[in-house]
Amino acid sequence: MELLGHLAEGFSTSLSPLNLFIVILGVTAGLFIGAMPGLGSVNGVAIVLPMTFIVPPSSAIILLCAIYYGAMYGGAISSILLGIPGASTAVATTFDGRPMAQQGKAGLALIVAAVASFIGGTISVILFTLFAAPLADVALAFGPAEEFALVLLAFTTFVGLGGDDVLKTIIMICLGLALSTVGLDLISGQPRLIFFDEPGFYSGISFLVLAIGIYGVGEILYTIETSKSAPSVTPARLTFRDLWYGIKEVNKLWKTLSFGSFMGFFVGMLPAAGATPAALMSYGLSKLMSKKPETFGKGNIEGVASPETANNAASTGSLLPMLTLGIPGSPTTALLLGGMVMWGLVPGPMLFIEQPDFVWGLISSLYTANLAAVLVNLALIPLFVWALRMPFTVLCSLVLVLCIVGGFAPSQKMHDVWLIVGFGVVGYLMRKADYPMAPLVLALVLGPLMEKSFRQTLISEQGNVLAFIERPLSATFIALSAVFFLLPLLKYAKRAKRSEGVAGEPAE
Amino acid sequence: MTNKFTRRVAMALAASAALMTAAPAVAGDWKPQKPVEMVIMAGQGGGADRLARLFQSIIQKENLASMPILPVNKGGGSGAEALRYLKDKEGDNHVIMATLNSYYTTPLRTDIGVNIEEFTPVARMALDTFVLWVNADSEIETLDDFVAAVKASGGEWKMGGTGTGQEDSLVTAMLEKEFDIKVTYVPFKGGGDVAKNLVGGHIDSTVNNPSEQLGFYNAGKSRPIATFTPERLAAFPDTPTMTELGHSLVYDMQRSFVAPKGMDPAAVAYYTTMFEKLNDSEEWQTYTQEKSLNPDFLTGDDLQAYFLDERSKHADLLSSMNEGS
Amino acid sequence: MLLADRMIAVFIMVLSVYFMWHAIALPIGWNGMTGGPGGGAFPFWLSAIMFVCAGGVLTRSIRGKSSYSGAGTFFDPETLSWVISVTVALVVTIALMPWAGTYIALPLFMFWYLKIFGKHGWVLTASLCLTTPVFLFFFFEVTLKILLPKGLTEPFFIPLYARFF
Repeated sequence: MELLGHLAEGFSTSLSPLNLFIVILGVTAGLFIGAMPGLGSVNGVAIVLPMTFIVPPSSAIILLCAIYYGAMYGGAISSILLGIPGASTAVATTFDGRPMAQQGKAGLALIVAAVASFIGGTISVILFTLFAAPLADVALAFGPAEEFALVLLAFTTFVGLGGDDVLKTIIMICLGLALSTVGLDLISGQPRLIFFDEPGFYSGISFLVLAIGIYGVGEILYTIETSKSAPSVTPARLTFRDLWYGIKEVNKLWKTLSFGSFMGFFVGMLPAAGATPAALMSYGLSKLMSKKPETFGKGNIEGVASPETANNAASTGSLLPMLTLGIPGSPTTALLLGGMVMWGLVPGPMLFIEQPDFVWGLISSLYTANLAAVLVNLALIPLFVWALRMPFTVLCSLVLVLCIVGGFAPSQKMHDVWLIVGFGVVGYLMRKADYPMAPLVLALVLGPLMEKSFRQTLISEQGNVLAFIERPLSATFIALSAVFFLLPLLKYAKRAKRSEGVAGEPAE
Repeated sequence: MTNKFTRRVAMALAASAALMTAAPAVAGDWKPQKPVEMVIMAGQGGGADRLARLFQSIIQKENLASMPILPVNKGGGSGAEALRYLKDKEGDNHVIMATLNSYYTTPLRTDIGVNIEEFTPVARMALDTFVLWVNADSEIETLDDFVAAVKASGGEWKMGGTGTGQEDSLVTAMLEKEFDIKVTYVPFKGGGDVAKNLVGGHIDSTVNNPSEQLGFYNAGKSRPIATFTPERLAAFPDTPTMTELGHSLVYDMQRSFVAPKGMDPAAVAYYTTMFEKLNDSEEWQTYTQEKSLNPDFLTGDDLQAYFLDERSKHADLLSSMNEGS
Repeated sequence: MLLADRMIAVFIMVLSVYFMWHAIALPIGWNGMTGGPGGGAFPFWLSAIMFVCAGGVLTRSIRGKSSYSGAGTFFDPETLSWVISVTVALVVTIALMPWAGTYIALPLFMFWYLKIFGKHGWVLTASLCLTTPVFLFFFFEVTLKILLPKGLTEPFFIPLYARFF
């Protein structure tokens, strides 16, 4: 009851006309920023942060949350329409979102993404409201060993994603992991793999550079060849009937959605993990549990819904360690944390007790921002779909310009723009030779986390490798990853046996 | 790149020629004509980044600059990237850099072709402090308990900190040397990460900045043992300093701004005035008090002398560290 | 087709050797400086696996056991010329950016892509070449405060900065 009272008080601030206006403004701005390849919530939040000094903190945090949510929704837009994940959290959305767009179902994919994000966000906010304080202790129990086990789990849910060629999949995973080590070795503090002594490599190779290169430039080179003038995407139309159909389709997926939301929230809550592994695991698991796993990656609605639910749920979850422990799970939450510090709030276990107005204002604004985001998003879908009706060469030139500028913007280095073109060309050639791209990108995202936590554990355990299975939480995750690793193999073996035994029997 | 470079040199030459003919420039003559880049020697979200963005916000709120100050993170290679970048910006009047101690340690540890003597010092805003922390559940109350516990662990005592070669590891090395102890140093990505791992019981002690542990301290989850400051900190009046306890261990993290080599003196004067006003602002003063920062403002030649002095101190520290391991 | 497959495999093998050469600057063994693997271990051994696998792809292809459908050629001449021209255009544009500035390089690229490569009409080309830089300026520089490289055109922007910031 006390909870509801707090929440009602929070709503009374977040529903004032000024704050409602701020929410809509923020969500729309966030949506466009997130939809740009290369830009994400971090850019939106960074730019608004200094301005928030001028308005009262309660309105400021609403604006920031609105932008955060807007950009999360927006990330799916560029993943689906252009096939370029705007942020690492949206990688998994491209796997099925892009094929759907190519089949002329961009509108449906966007609707599904929006509705799934809304559901994920909402379930997660509810969990947040109910359990924020006690869950902080769970996050604390996560040390380096548990982090490693979790990343390993995220990796194994993806076994078999890369296609059939095992050797080439392994090559791409190793390449991604090796590229992720470029820059500084945190443990010894030494620079490593600084190619050609180029200072740009000191900061490593960012995910965005690789993704824009491979999915932006590489994809365009790839589609040029199909035909210079024919569109790569079937122009989609969108009517209210489609909207209704989309919502009905999502309705069928309640199992995936609720599972994705819960898992997203819990994984997002763990300080080091965040939304990317959450989205990947959710995608991998729904593929594993699906009756028709072979349709994944070819435009399955579930393949769009599951990562989108999870990543939105996780971004809400990642606010939890920020508020209760003062640890940002992502650059964006780091900036939000910075904002809180500037307003004189001390994040930590005491925040909920000392600053209830702020905390509950924030939580209630998550509800409104989420609702506003889904409405604004649905309203704008026709506009985004319309963009796909442009002649192919026009779309390509615009996408390439956005790739260049979007690649420059986050780090403001020409070095990264050169890398984008390099990755684009190399990626294009390798893709033509049947090398899978998804494992490469995923390895680059998860690699740094994996190496760091692995070595941290070994250092603190004096090199004892058994440490990973001696701790209960990490042992559980490792056991689960073993299951996920073996399950597809078992399934495959079973199927092979069955087709041997009863030849001619139709497959299930 | 060379074109840009020569153009900048030409502009700088033209500017200095103008200066020679006209009366010497005084502060107020020069104003930035375009947005000013504020290079941050660390990645997004760290302590240095947060502070730099706080400065940006105060500057914007109090209208201290006529053009926006735009923070740009160049944290690669413990700041090596930022240092190389600033070196290439010679003569540019629209770049300043927010520094921390990696300003000296990075060029000392790896040869990146940067001599910090060449840069133009602008202003030192604060000295951040270090405190020795343990988990509140541990039985360690005093420095003696701490030393005894580390010795009893036989080298398995886990000290968490930021990356090897960065400030936390230097403070740890100082501790090891002073008390003749040996700890296992576990590097983490940032101060917040370190703080959380201490409270979660994954490491045994840290040398966090007060701002990083404050939230946990207020919640009674971590305990300060001793500070590495010359005097006691207002926020922790009951925590003794190392000096008080008879160990001359003082270490702090400088938060300063520098400019590229050959910046127009009028521009340097402009930025110095800007930071002076920032230093006087109410927000900054409250912030430093709350976060136990020492707002020791310093500019010009004094600052350069301080930098060079600190550099030689760090050179000694690093070499003694290498002998140790 | 097979030739391309083999060439890429060889390229990966060379790349992994290059990575390994860089990685040995740091300890690659167990218990290097600290407990557990050294700083170079991850890149070194991952590259080594990459080398072995690429070698596997190569031998498989030479033995003719490739799962890879050998039909057709990797590139038909027309595709190749398109891909090369777009790549060259990108490279030229990026090389031009720090020197002539974003607002010269990108419209030039768009002009080439739309008018010459895409064979669109003048109206469409001109309107896009003019509106895109304006959009970029207002979206990136004015709204998001991300400055794009200006190069020689910098002085022309000073009045704009004074007006919009």
